[in-house]
Amino acid sequence: MVKIVEKEQIAPNVHSCTIEAPDLARKALPGHFVMVIPDKYSERIPITLSDWDTEKGTVTIVFLEIGAATQRLAELKAGDDIYSFTGPLGMPFEIENFGTVGLVGGCYGIGGIYQAAKALKSKGNKVISYSEARSSFLLYWNNKLEEASHEVRYSTVDASLGSRGHSHDLLEENLRSGEHFDRIMAVGCTYMMYKVSLITRPFGVKTIVSMNPVMIDGTGMCGACRLVVGGETRFACVDGPHFDGHQIDWDVVLDRRRAYLEEEIISKERW
Amino acid sequence: MREQPPEERIRNFDEVPYGYTPEEAIEEALRCLQCKNPACIQGCPVEIDIPGFVKFIAENKFRDGIVRLKEKNIMPAICGRVCPQEEQCEQVCIVGKKNEPVAIGRLERFLADWERSQGEMDIPRIPAPTGKKIAIVGAGPAGITAAADLARLGHHVEIFEALHEPGGVLVYGIPEFRLPKAIVFKEIDFLKKLGVKLHTDTVIGKIKSIDELLKEYDAVFLGTGAGLPWFMNVPGENLNGVYSANEYLTRANLMKAYLFPKYKTPIIKGRRVATVGGGNVAMDCARTALRLGAEKSILIYRRAREQMPAREEEIHHAEQEGVIFKLLSNPAAFHGSENGWVKEAECIKMKLGEPDESGRRRPVPIEGANFKVQVDVVIIAIGNSPNPLIPSTTPDIESSKWGTVITDPKTGKTSKKGVFAGGDVATGAATVILAMGAGKIAARGIHEYLKTGVW
Ligand SMILES: Cc1cc2nc3c(=O)[nH]c(=O)nc-3n(C[C@H](O)[C@H](O)[C@H](O)COP(=O)(O)OP(=O)(O)OC[C@H]3O[C@@H](n4cnc5c(N)ncnc54)[C@H](O)[C@@H]3O)c2cc1C
Ligand code: SF4
Ligand code: FES
Repeated sequence: MVKIVEKEQIAPNVHSCTIEAPDLARKALPGHFVMVIPDKYSERIPITLSDWDTEKGTVTIVFLEIGAATQRLAELKAGDDIYSFTGPLGMPFEIENFGTVGLVGGCYGIGGIYQAAKALKSKGNKVISYSEARSSFLLYWNNKLEEASHEVRYSTVDASLGSRGHSHDLLEENLRSGEHFDRIMAVGCTYMMYKVSLITRPFGVKTIVSMNPVMIDGTGMCGACRLVVGGETRFACVDGPHFDGHQIDWDVVLDRRRAYLEEEIISKERW
Repeated sequence: MREQPPEERIRNFDEVPYGYTPEEAIEEALRCLQCKNPACIQGCPVEIDIPGFVKFIAENKFRDGIVRLKEKNIMPAICGRVCPQEEQCEQVCIVGKKNEPVAIGRLERFLADWERSQGEMDIPRIPAPTGKKIAIVGAGPAGITAAADLARLGHHVEIFEALHEPGGVLVYGIPEFRLPKAIVFKEIDFLKKLGVKLHTDTVIGKIKSIDELLKEYDAVFLGTGAGLPWFMNVPGENLNGVYSANEYLTRANLMKAYLFPKYKTPIIKGRRVATVGGGNVAMDCARTALRLGAEKSILIYRRAREQMPAREEEIHHAEQEGVIFKLLSNPAAFHGSENGWVKEAECIKMKLGEPDESGRRRPVPIEGANFKVQVDVVIIAIGNSPNPLIPSTTPDIESSKWGTVITDPKTGKTSKKGVFAGGDVATGAATVILAMGAGKIAARGIHEYLKTGVW
């Protein structure tokens, strides 16, 4: 059980939630995630750690309100308890001096790339972040991200900010026009990460994606999170969640993602 | 023992056997010959004074009986239900030579259930604090037993558990109809009353390393079990609808998917569910599938019935409930629909060949005898090995090539000073009582180490 100290809707349907967890704040590294059960009846769901503060002893998650569990989490307020909150889990991002790194964040992933941008910058990389949404009012953490990166490039579907379309469109344009990247890292919805991997492949840019399959325990115990990487079955929760996007068998990933849609709808309706 | 009739029980998650009434228990207890050299005690991994507690039952002194029983086993309500007595105490019971052996397991369960029905449990006296602190990693039977024994010796004990509930396999694996969770939680309450502190949601190796624990605690016990599921590595295993037993059972038990949608974790119910394997875990999956509403629950096992590692009682219950046994069969591939759902298991027919290392006759494929089973859910229940998380973050803890932590069986010591281990993490997937036995041995080993400081 952990206490919520701050709760904010940072964009329509997107919430940030800051939690008192001093031990966790001390251990958190960019790319770690937590398993969360909002209340006694909810599912266990994985959520990326977006930010933390060792001095205050807090960690922050950013989540999109989509399923029954995130809906329930969205209803909780500052001062409320979260039933179960476990982490840090997974392997952190590899943070080295790579040269020029492109970070792509979409939906919850805008929060997810923030700490990575900070860490990469302090390692001496040139950090270019890509942030995207359907429209500018759906973007969040713009100032934070701009501070943490050398440059932030926005894309919106309605062209209300930055270029029209998606981050992967803009990234593709940048690569085509000859811009050089030593590494691309993407956090966000599965489809975006899939697209980014497809786009970077012909340019031979190493691309790390932060996979978010269904997880039950998050400790390597159930195999629900398995995916095929380089022909081998790997568990995203312990071996990942970050994998080389060019090695992932995307057919398996996209099929497995669809598995629970029907139940998700029933569970939401009966809530 | 009276049981819920099969056609009724496959529609609920209530326990199958009802348990003895006091009269039935006394009658059964009177069958014990009170042997001078009781074989049953030698058959018991934790050396319970069996004739001792059985005599108290026969004399209608249930309170004395439970005290005697708990001297050696703090979780009798659990062991009475899930121990393989037919291979242990009851197998060697003298009465069993000619007749049915004394039903030691059922008597054990009776006493424990009787105590629970009496309200508060007695708390044993705890000696003055020794000032020593011990960290227990994993709240399964091994960790719980080690913690209880160490607390009763006056040590300060804290348990760290990765999941949100303590109990290990007792809670996430073994289904409600075989082991009601209320019983497990009661036993854990008892542990808390002994002064043991429990930290759930704490994954050691992540939030804290073993070396960090050793800075705060005088000794560490690893009872982290064997939670890593094996897959078969056949084509189609990643199709939707293919579960590991751990995932299927964790959804159903720990996350209470059988109470969906009150509890929100979904489980694919399936009309035709195939479970691959022949152990207790496989039986639990096949029987859970029926209770979740499967029209056909099919068990696919590569050897014959006699070679099934599951307890006889579990196989019998599964048969009674209508689980279909496809023996001497092994899946070679799973085939899916266009949208990635499993729809068919392609199996190879097997025959028994020469005995292998385990002494069981090795199954060999019969050429050209493949057959297909229509399925919409598949559960792979072919085994587990220890989770590599702690060994991989603590290189000086030696592991075998099977991933089990190497220990001295007499003390539970690992290759790392101050670190002990026991239960499934050391043996590979085994039984509740063996894990408890290992917890006891390690508690003794830890106590000795803390007293003498000698490693
Ligand atoms: C479905 C099923 C049915 C079974 N049926 C029977 C039966 O009928 N009879 C029988 O005798 N045996 C049965 N068994 C086997 C029995 O349950 C196990 O042998 C026994 O539970 C092992 O106990 P343990 O304490 O070693 O480990 P576990 O019970 O596995 O407990 C280990 C605990 O450690 C935790 N953990 C792991 N890693 C970490 C970490 N890094 N940090 C913190 N915590 C951690 C886990 O979450 C878990 O709670 C069955 C097993 C299964 C899966
Ligand atoms: S061996 Fe059987 S008859 Fe003898 S003491 Fe044990 S339970 Fe009683
Ligand atoms: S979530 Fe269970 S193994 Fe990864």
